[in-house]
Amino acid sequence: MSAALVSPKSFVSEERPTWCPGCGDYGVLQALQRAAAQLGLQPHEIAVVSGIGCSGKISSYFNAYGLHVLHGRSLPCAIGVKMANPNLTVIAAGGDGDGYGIGGNHFLNAIRRNINITYIVMDNQVYGLTKGQTSPTSAHGFKSTTSPAGSAENPMHPLRLALANGAGFIAQGFSADRAQLVDLMVKAIQHKGFSVVNTISPCVTFNKVNTYDWYRERLHNLDEDSSHDPSDRASAFAKVMEHGDLVRGLIYAEEGPSYDEFVPGYTTSAMADLVKPADRKLIDKLMAEYR
Amino acid sequence: MRTELVWKVGGQQGEGIDSTGIVFLNVCHSLGYHTFGYRHFMSRIKGGHTNYQVRVATRPVYAVGDQTDILIAFDQESIDYNFWELPSGAFVIADGFGAKLPEERGVTLAEVPLTKIASDLGNSLMKNMVAMGATCELTGLPVEPFEKFVERQFSRKGDEVVKANLEALEAGRKYVRERWGQQAHFKLEDSGSTSDGRLVIEGDYAAGMGALAAGCRFLSAYPITPASMIMEWLAVHFPKVGGVVIQAEDEIAALCMAIGANWAGARAMTSTSGPGYSLMQEAIGLSGLTETPVVIVDVQRAGPATGLPTKHEQGDLNEIIYGSHGDIPRIVIAPGTIEECFYALAEAFNLADKHQCPVIVAMDLYLGMSRGTTPEFDLDRVHIDRGALLSGADALAKVKGQFERFENTPSGISPRVLPGTAGFIHLTTGDEHQFDGRITEDPKIRKAIMDKRLRKIDEVDYPGLSVRGSLPADIVLVGFGATTGALWEAADRLNADGTRAAVVQMTRLWPFPAEELSAALDGAGSVLVVESNATAQLAHLIRSRIGGDLLPTLLKYDGDPIRPGEVEMRAKEVIADVSGARIA
Repeated sequence: MSAALVSPKSFVSEERPTWCPGCGDYGVLQALQRAAAQLGLQPHEIAVVSGIGCSGKISSYFNAYGLHVLHGRSLPCAIGVKMANPNLTVIAAGGDGDGYGIGGNHFLNAIRRNINITYIVMDNQVYGLTKGQTSPTSAHGFKSTTSPAGSAENPMHPLRLALANGAGFIAQGFSADRAQLVDLMVKAIQHKGFSVVNTISPCVTFNKVNTYDWYRERLHNLDEDSSHDPSDRASAFAKVMEHGDLVRGLIYAEEGPSYDEFVPGYTTSAMADLVKPADRKLIDKLMAEYR
Repeated sequence: MRTELVWKVGGQQGEGIDSTGIVFLNVCHSLGYHTFGYRHFMSRIKGGHTNYQVRVATRPVYAVGDQTDILIAFDQESIDYNFWELPSGAFVIADGFGAKLPEERGVTLAEVPLTKIASDLGNSLMKNMVAMGATCELTGLPVEPFEKFVERQFSRKGDEVVKANLEALEAGRKYVRERWGQQAHFKLEDSGSTSDGRLVIEGDYAAGMGALAAGCRFLSAYPITPASMIMEWLAVHFPKVGGVVIQAEDEIAALCMAIGANWAGARAMTSTSGPGYSLMQEAIGLSGLTETPVVIVDVQRAGPATGLPTKHEQGDLNEIIYGSHGDIPRIVIAPGTIEECFYALAEAFNLADKHQCPVIVAMDLYLGMSRGTTPEFDLDRVHIDRGALLSGADALAKVKGQFERFENTPSGISPRVLPGTAGFIHLTTGDEHQFDGRITEDPKIRKAIMDKRLRKIDEVDYPGLSVRGSLPADIVLVGFGATTGALWEAADRLNADGTRAAVVQMTRLWPFPAEELSAALDGAGSVLVVESNATAQLAHLIRSRIGGDLLPTLLKYDGDPIRPGEVEMRAKEVIADVSGARIA
């Protein structure tokens, strides 16, 4: 089959988004559509595996094979998809509560597993779909329905976690800066191994503190910072610390071997093609160990 | 001459007790005997009593022995712990630690300085080989297979090591021959056959091989006793067929990975035990709602919580049947012998593909970790049926343009197209959805698609029961999983005593084979439900599906497997007092 020409529109599904007007997630969706088009991918070659929350709805709105799973579980599901069919481009997506709260353990382990998938987190520092509760990235003192006196907990630092745990590709985008976000997504998808794009995606309804303007005033653009070296993990860590995580751009990228390279006997064929009657000689050999 | 012998070796964990047991078991197997080995161990690496019981017989055996004829004891604890199962006439071979028998019961105490003999020959570790020599002498088994084992096992370490071990073997024989030669009445009848066409294997390994034979190429799991052996076996053998084992960070991830892999077209599974199975509950619902096939093996152990992590139980039944919030179709099958583990796994993948739902294989520690003689697996009995999975240009062309992933068909089973296929893009979501896959909260669609999913298991082509013995009977023994072997043996003994006994093994627990079971129990003098849990989970399940009173039960939940003698005794009680239904 000759590949049809794709444009960002090729990745627009029939489903109309139900996000609030002004939601940062629109920008993330559009950036992903543009990135996919720029990479020349066909919609059927992509699997978007999303978690639960406003962010999780992205698999409904992005025209590709979609797997919309459980709260916090996009990464393990995406890992299964990729290992079973390495020919698919697999994008895992979710929010800060989904990825760093209920699914935090999967984030840590997906990093060290280094399977060739891209993880896009729509980080708005609040729970949106459940109507405004404190999230793992909410600031200390953040007031919400579940922390009316202000959050007593310190926020999670996903960028520092990813750096410390050895992630090979770490970027932070801002949904209001579409061009940069597209560029980061393209690079993330092209990166061999696990790539994470934490995306500042403001919630206009339930987070009245961390607004677009709030971020615009504070986000330091690393892509324009000549003193930043994204191949140096230690200095990338220092940059992130220096700006209190309020950075955007490519933070760190260094390609190493990915998980599949360490799996003996792993093939690049889809596992569906490996489901066939057992080789008698092999089974006989396996049984011989027990005769 | 005997047709059966029960032998046990006991000592501290870490001193080679299991491997000693397996050597004896393998040697007996090679001589054409039927064997069954059960490992009793504790949740620690070194220290603590451990023992390995080997049952050897001239006919097939599927259960631990009621009594132990020969006990090899490396310490006093092994004697104290196991003395209750030594009948009059039993023989205890005790290492030189100044052993005492708890009471006089006609048990012979044979003190053999196993460790000292081995040390004198150069290495105290050879004490196990001295014990093998003593065993060889007592049982009258030919020494050649023991010698062959030594040569095979130690040849890599050089002639000296082989020679020393052969001497240890001979020293053990000689010591026993000179002192108890006349008393050794444990001589086994010739097996009358060879080991041709037979294997000696653990249930977990048989399950792993069944999965591999079925085309499974992906296992994601978290290590847990007594299921790890499935994972470990596949980790060794999957590379030969392009398969992958992923050690997940927890069982939630393990099941989610397997669901993702199945969604992408692999045959994928996870294996776990109770604590992990509990963590999987939400994702089981995801498989059910998204109609994504998945195979889950639960090798049950004694719960709740961490419970008795190295002990047997069948206490996950309720959770396996009912677990996960909301209503989903699921299929639960339960192999009862090591051989059945192979075929159950092979078929589980067909059921998952055909019905597009979770298939749970209910195993248990007793089944998964026991090693026994079993017929070779027959690949002619394994076939692959991927159900309504559409692939190939022709099949796809027929549905192109009108494809609805969750089409409302009469059977409820909808055609499936894998991601990566051009022209069939759809959403698979754990939210309620329309027939085309898109999310909906429409009450009418919700009801229709729920009904569609649930009717997928109206017809399941997997036997509900396996009946042994003729019906109607004076007593019908009902059970599932590894309990089956004890039921068969108890029934044989009852039949030999003139009681007509039959066994109903529940091979499919869900959808529950209510009609078949009602028919099997119809006309029975009495019924006894035997299970390894405290609250009669199977008996309650039976009552909920076929009605009537709660059936009499034999419940065991002390961590040890049910023995044939216990079933026989309880069956006699029930027959004597048909109204004696005991409610747990």
